[in-house]
Amino acid sequence: MFDTNNPLLIAGAQFLGIFLAFNAVLVLTAYLSLVERRVLAVMQGRLGPNRVGWFGLLQPLADGIKFIFKEDIAPDKATKFIYILAPFIAIISALMTLIVYPFGPVVTLPFSETFFGAPVTFPMTVARMDVALLYVLAVTSVGVYAIALAGWSSNSKYSLMGGLRSAAQMISYELSLGLSLIGVILMSGTLDLFSIAEQQGGWFGMKWNIFFQPLGFFVYLISAIAETNRVPFDLPEAETELVAGFHTEYSAMKFALFFIAEYVNMTTVSMLAATLFLGGFQGPFVAEFPILGPFYFVAKVFFFLFLYIWLRGTLPRFRFDQLMNFGWKFLLPVALLNIILTATIAVFFYSR
Amino acid sequence: MNEFQLIAYLPILLMFLVAAGFGSSQVILSALLGQRKATKTKLMPYECGKDPVGSARERFSVKFYLIAMLFILFDIEVIFLVPWAVVFRDFVASGNAAFIYIEMMVFVALLLVGYVYVVKKGTFEWGDRARVEAETEAKILARQERLAAIQVERKAA
Repeated sequence: MFDTNNPLLIAGAQFLGIFLAFNAVLVLTAYLSLVERRVLAVMQGRLGPNRVGWFGLLQPLADGIKFIFKEDIAPDKATKFIYILAPFIAIISALMTLIVYPFGPVVTLPFSETFFGAPVTFPMTVARMDVALLYVLAVTSVGVYAIALAGWSSNSKYSLMGGLRSAAQMISYELSLGLSLIGVILMSGTLDLFSIAEQQGGWFGMKWNIFFQPLGFFVYLISAIAETNRVPFDLPEAETELVAGFHTEYSAMKFALFFIAEYVNMTTVSMLAATLFLGGFQGPFVAEFPILGPFYFVAKVFFFLFLYIWLRGTLPRFRFDQLMNFGWKFLLPVALLNIILTATIAVFFYSR
Repeated sequence: MNEFQLIAYLPILLMFLVAAGFGSSQVILSALLGQRKATKTKLMPYECGKDPVGSARERFSVKFYLIAMLFILFDIEVIFLVPWAVVFRDFVASGNAAFIYIEMMVFVALLLVGYVYVVKKGTFEWGDRARVEAETEAKILARQERLAAIQVERKAA
């Protein structure tokens, strides 16, 4: 019989979990790029990539192979070390948050009684930390460095402008993002994402935070789209004016790392939105059949990802001064108002 | 709540290793398999096909520094709000509602005072005001250039 408290066994299980989550998210992002191109094509009355494989299903694979065989250039005026470091910062900061998201409720390991002598139950998350939400905020904010450093180290004017704009944009919207989460923390009284998801299980699995925090959800959604540099906040790339923004000088796999990081960021931001505001894995019948949890979670994440693509097909880009005005003069006060409102109502609601 | 255990933070290290391993393996693979035919023009910074004019490391608007400084100030205040929000429920449930509520509203009010000051100072005016300032500066520069040109002409004559 195995000892379930063996640190090596725990570390092995954690590594397995990380490996699964990592691969799932990578495959998801690869196909997200294909889905985005196909859906955008439908919205714009085109066909989109449909030649590689059935309905273009092998397109992400072909793209990956192409990236590997392209020439890897570092411009001669670039600051080489930082130029190479920047894409690594981007991909690491994007992937690091994967471990804290709750993918499903507490489940029992099948056949565990025969192997371990007692049923082994575990929450469907890699690491259950008390500071999970703070950890997510800390790690994602490192992503700003990747873009600012990439823009500066390329020594190209387009890259510099893209990097500067992007850094200013990301730090401005990070404030509203952080403030919009305070409302949820006020309600749940913990930073542990798993507990936050668990607490939303009432009302037949529909007691989601969005019904109590509509303003917070609104602010979070807008700032999250701005944080991931997507349309209508895609000023750092702005292909019609800045060529490609901060990654103008990047090619081959280094460019691909930025590309993957952007899509992983989209996914993780959607996961956080689903966990905090849409109840994570909660939904009808999850209490009876825990295995439904991951399906609800993935469905909610897909909803947000579709929203991203939908917005890209619909909205034009902001002008830079509009972007800054919107972030600092509208979103920030609204987020503060949300905190004051939540606290005021909660004082009457929770006090005896 | 729970006792601090370092082993609980092991996944962070594991995830870091996996992410860094993924990134470096892909880059090394592309460096090994990709073609390498670097020419001088290919290694130039991109500027729409023309030879790049000057360096890209020039001065840029001071507004970006201002935004960065304001971000640090406000972000620290946001982080101060987090521990308050975590203990808020327990405090209210144990009957200390007035204390924690007033305490934090004073903090938020101070934050708002700073915010109003910054807005009134015109930090976020990227449009008209900035344009007027830039135009005045450009006019002064143009006048100086004209004066210098006249002086050069006089010397030549």
